[in-house]
Amino acid sequence: MDGKALTSSLLYLDGVKVSFDGYQALRGLSLALTPGEMRAIIGPNGAGKTTMMDVITGKTRPDEGDVYFAGSIDLTALDEAAIAELGIGRKFQKPTVFESHTVEDNVLLALKAPRAAAATLFGRDEAGIHRRIDAILATVGLSDLRAHLAGGLSHGQKQWLEIGMLLAQDPKLLLVDEPVAGMTDAETAQTAQLLRSIAKDHSIVVVEHDMAFVRDLGVKVTVLHEGAVIAEGPIDQVSADPKVIEVYLGR
Amino acid sequence: MTSARLLDLRGAIFAVVLIAAAILVPIAALAVPPASPFHVPAYVIALTGKYLCYALLAVALDLVWGYCGILSLGHGAFFALGGYAMGMYLMRQIGARGVYANPNLPDFMVFLNWHDLPVAWWGFNSFGYALLMVLAVPGVLAFAFGWFAFRSRVTGVYLSIITQAMTYALLLAFFRNDMGFGGNNGLTDFKDILGWNVQAEPTRAALFSLSAIALLIGYLIARAVTMSKFGKVLVAIRDAESRTRFLGYRVENYKLLVFTLSAMMAGVAGALYVPQVGIINPSEFAPANSIEAVIWVAVGGRGTLVGAAIGAVLVNFGKTYFTGALPEYWLFALGALFVLVTLFLPKGIVGTLGQLFARERRAAVGARGNRVPAVAE
Ligand SMILES: Nc1ncnc2c1ncn2[C@@H]1O[C@H](COP(=O)(O)OP(=O)(O)OP(=O)(O)O)[C@@H](O)[C@H]1O
Ligand SMILES: [Mg+2]
Repeated sequence: MDGKALTSSLLYLDGVKVSFDGYQALRGLSLALTPGEMRAIIGPNGAGKTTMMDVITGKTRPDEGDVYFAGSIDLTALDEAAIAELGIGRKFQKPTVFESHTVEDNVLLALKAPRAAAATLFGRDEAGIHRRIDAILATVGLSDLRAHLAGGLSHGQKQWLEIGMLLAQDPKLLLVDEPVAGMTDAETAQTAQLLRSIAKDHSIVVVEHDMAFVRDLGVKVTVLHEGAVIAEGPIDQVSADPKVIEVYLGR
Repeated sequence: MTSARLLDLRGAIFAVVLIAAAILVPIAALAVPPASPFHVPAYVIALTGKYLCYALLAVALDLVWGYCGILSLGHGAFFALGGYAMGMYLMRQIGARGVYANPNLPDFMVFLNWHDLPVAWWGFNSFGYALLMVLAVPGVLAFAFGWFAFRSRVTGVYLSIITQAMTYALLLAFFRNDMGFGGNNGLTDFKDILGWNVQAEPTRAALFSLSAIALLIGYLIARAVTMSKFGKVLVAIRDAESRTRFLGYRVENYKLLVFTLSAMMAGVAGALYVPQVGIINPSEFAPANSIEAVIWVAVGGRGTLVGAAIGAVLVNFGKTYFTGALPEYWLFALGALFVLVTLFLPKGIVGTLGQLFARERRAAVGARGNRVPAVAE
């Protein structure tokens, strides 16, 4: 980190390439997110959406290309924990919660607080911690299930718990991979509303297949295909784009 | 954290039993006349004292395996190293009373024609130094091992295999005479500990009590660790390691810390074991020993601490019985036990009982969905 902002974007990807055993999952992906923006990312299966999140969060190292956060922080040089500490939170495509912890403890573990082993071993709970947990559980509608084990939640409830954990982390940037998969229409609409309200004071990247949901979000859309961006703009504009139509209909 | 939470009902019963044993067993052995039905004979003390050391090893193993998912198949090595550190102190206490009557060198060194005490043995005539080594040697080894393994993200079966390799390598090393730890005979013929005759009944009774107290302290430490937020992170790592990293926790540091702590507890167990059995030799590093310890934990109940201790005592009681009655079948019995527990009691004895009680309590209390979280005091 040299302290000097290389870009004014919060998140900046340029020419990112990733290959797995010869298969190119990302082929020169470029993307810029302005601070405070919410962006939807769509694209057919295998387009590289999840791989892009893996690159941003340090799970996968790109073979080529730049990934910068907050103007000057090179994310390709950091590991998962360091990137999370910078303020990038992630919700996984397959909901991943801590199954043998209670709903409440899942939120507690996500809550913004010192992460060092010494701090969790000897530290005391901060004042107001329970109020924060209560508020988050109320936001995601899981207050009544707080003492239940997360492993016993339904698929939709796990999705919500993960969103709650993201909120608890209070990251600057939220990466949300397919948040409404497996949800009913009513739950989907609620999730869109929740994300819009989170977007008021956070930057968000949402990956989703559900077009109605993406339309409902009402934000700029980026279309990914075969590891690169093929279109970008308002939903009505990209869905009228012949390249996008071909990608979706051609399958 | 309140003390009420530190000791739940199960833990309280466990603590009471251990404290009672630490007080009553020596009385029953020393003060009650042999004719009385309440008299505890010396061999029972020696045997149960040994079981308590195994129980402490099991608690240490449960801390890393049950709570953090690190299936160590090398914990026997930490136990043995703690044992050797104590054994070296006991050897130095023999002084000139050895067969060769050499005041400065243990018999086996005289036999090998050595003239100077190896550096590794320096300081071991001091009990305090020996105790320090009981903690430090297993601790440093675990730290060094964990530093490389956890940083390279070696997990699962691969980690288990390298822990086996570690204990096997130590087995081979300690077999060598030129290592200076007594070769395949190990260390034995101990005379006294802190001036007390190790063979004498009062000393044995005291060692028994100390083992019970060490087990209790080890349990309380492990319990406090698992009850803390640190402990919650350990369970999170066990359940979803990469998710824990994405939350910003440095998984390798958590593993390193708990692994080192556990190894030191195992070292203490070994140190208490050696004066009670009167010998330590390289066979304590045998890979099979470490695997047996895993079976104790599985039988008693992974992730329950108390269960691990109970499992160690029960399985070893079975072993003592079997090796007396049907020696050639012990390994088969142990294997069968492991298979049966894995198939029918995956949560082990204590885990399964706990589940039954919890179900009953829930039925009695009704849904407790709106439970107010316990406020830390
Ligand atoms: N770890 C990996 N090893 C090998 N191939 C991988 C790996 N991760 C992803 N891929 C491949 O890279 C391509 C892009 O995968 P990715 O998961 O990023 O797609 P996606 O856009 O998220 O798709 P979906 O909508 O199905 O979630 C796919 O062809 C996938 O099989
Ligand atoms: Mg995906």
